[in-house]
Amino acid sequence: MSSGEVTDRSLPRSRKVVITGISGRFGHIVARRLHHELGWQIVGLDRRPMHGRPKDIEHHQVDLRSKKARDVFRAGDVDALVHLGVMHDPRARPAELYSWNITGTTKLLEYCQAYRVRKVVLVSSANVYGPRPDNPQFLTEEAPLLAAQRFPQMRDLVEIDHLVSTFLWRAAATETVILRPVHIVGPVHNAPSNYLRIDRPPTLLGFDPMVQLVHVEDVADAITLALSPDRRGIYNITGPGEVPLSAVLKELGRLPRSIPHPVAKPILSMAFRLGISSFPVAELDFIRYVCMVDGRRAAAELGFRPRHGLRETIRAVLEPA
Amino acid sequence: MGLLDRLRQLRNSAPDDDIDGRTKALVVHGNEFGYDPFGLSRESVRTAAMISRWLYRHYFRAQAFGVEHIPPSGRVILVSNHSGQLPFDGLVIGSACFLEPPQPRLVRAMVEFFVPTVPFASYLFSRWGQITGTPENCRRLLSAEEAVLVFPEGARGISKPFSKRYQLAEFGKGFLRLALETGSPIVPIAVIGAEEQAPAVNIKPLAKLLRTPAFPIVPYPPFIAPWPLPVKYRLYFGEPIYFTGDPDDDDEILDDKVKQVRNRIQSMIHVGLREREHVFW
Repeated sequence: MSSGEVTDRSLPRSRKVVITGISGRFGHIVARRLHHELGWQIVGLDRRPMHGRPKDIEHHQVDLRSKKARDVFRAGDVDALVHLGVMHDPRARPAELYSWNITGTTKLLEYCQAYRVRKVVLVSSANVYGPRPDNPQFLTEEAPLLAAQRFPQMRDLVEIDHLVSTFLWRAAATETVILRPVHIVGPVHNAPSNYLRIDRPPTLLGFDPMVQLVHVEDVADAITLALSPDRRGIYNITGPGEVPLSAVLKELGRLPRSIPHPVAKPILSMAFRLGISSFPVAELDFIRYVCMVDGRRAAAELGFRPRHGLRETIRAVLEPA
Repeated sequence: MGLLDRLRQLRNSAPDDDIDGRTKALVVHGNEFGYDPFGLSRESVRTAAMISRWLYRHYFRAQAFGVEHIPPSGRVILVSNHSGQLPFDGLVIGSACFLEPPQPRLVRAMVEFFVPTVPFASYLFSRWGQITGTPENCRRLLSAEEAVLVFPEGARGISKPFSKRYQLAEFGKGFLRLALETGSPIVPIAVIGAEEQAPAVNIKPLAKLLRTPAFPIVPYPPFIAPWPLPVKYRLYFGEPIYFTGDPDDDDEILDDKVKQVRNRIQSMIHVGLREREHVFW
């Protein structure tokens, strides 16, 4: 077998997918799923090196905004793009984050249009709706994206979602899918998983919102479903159910540190600046108000069903990363 | 008979309520952790029921008439007049639906949008089954065959001054649209007694100054109403009304149906006031 080729009886050549953000743990899981189980040819695109990659995965360690990223698409044989490379690092400078996320995504979409990439999948987040006291219990895909209203740092996420939504309507020849998963947990280093790994996580005194969690492997399932032909649109990806935050912490054996809400923002900002805590203060409202979604459209149109139960999903943060 | 004897007789006349049994008999769509999608927890309801039962049987000595009109199961919208400055009418209606019928029902009332911002109230109301008042939430609950309690007068009703007692304020149309969309019967309820629990006068200039919808003051210290007077609540449940029609109809057609419900409640109020002998007992 020559390198880079996986013979698939149903297709003349195997489909090529570019995965941005492949160097993270989530990226690894997605790459493994697409490569081993479905025979996609993988091209990684990430600013970081990719450790421990199999020989038949091509990796380009480039900045999304640079000209070298264009070369990846230039050959014209990329069938799909899975954009996981959204930077969430709360320690990065806001200007840098914005430039990376917005310029990077804009360029990617440009390349997809110019070089006729047939499928674009964005992994956005259910966080874009924003946790608000007047939210209905289960938001549908039509709900406005209001996350940036109280915390301007969320505006990146919202803007990327809007950019790709516009692309969805504008680029008729491309099948664009936006997935908005709820809090993704598992052997990954993202905000919800990191939060649940803290020995004594901070909570707000007198608040205990219902939350939805989804297992990282289930999100990988959703991505593979999104890559199927004839799928386009915006889909909330919800997990096996909803529980109060206190129930999640209890299941993991965490004793929370309750902070009165008027002083929570200053205290946590100070702790963050001093390096004592890495809790992203912009996400404070997520442990205060409800931000839950209705996943019926993904179930009906993508056939998505989470395979992990509620308890299993919560305990997934304990798996060694 | 002396006053003490009279009080003792009153206390003993309250029926025994099997709170444990009734909580177990509630229909709750809970997951493996014991919570329903809106945060309802049977355990929390049991604790709240103990306290509300004391209020219902001993403080307000509530009486419910027409309990047979509460459907034992299936979707239903309970519609009631709203009054008394403090939302105890909701609590009493909920207690009645839990304590009185053979099959206890947990009524989901709607809370204002500011409640989720208040510590402790933010999650306690949810554990007791009360929900943020959005139409999507109501539709979802009704589709799951739950009972939803609506006060179409809204804040206009609860902050009514004493001089306007038992005169229904304007009704919103939301509950009717919901009934038509979900095919839910409407059970009208008249609450007698809540108007006198905090007899208030609205001081409009102060309300304007503080930018609140109303500033009611009561004629006894501390002059704002922190708790209700021990009035005797009387609840009248009416026969269910079934409406058919298009929820997107013109306002006039909907207004007509809303007026039917409003008139029914107003006449139930008149009956209740006629039958009542005294406010406090």
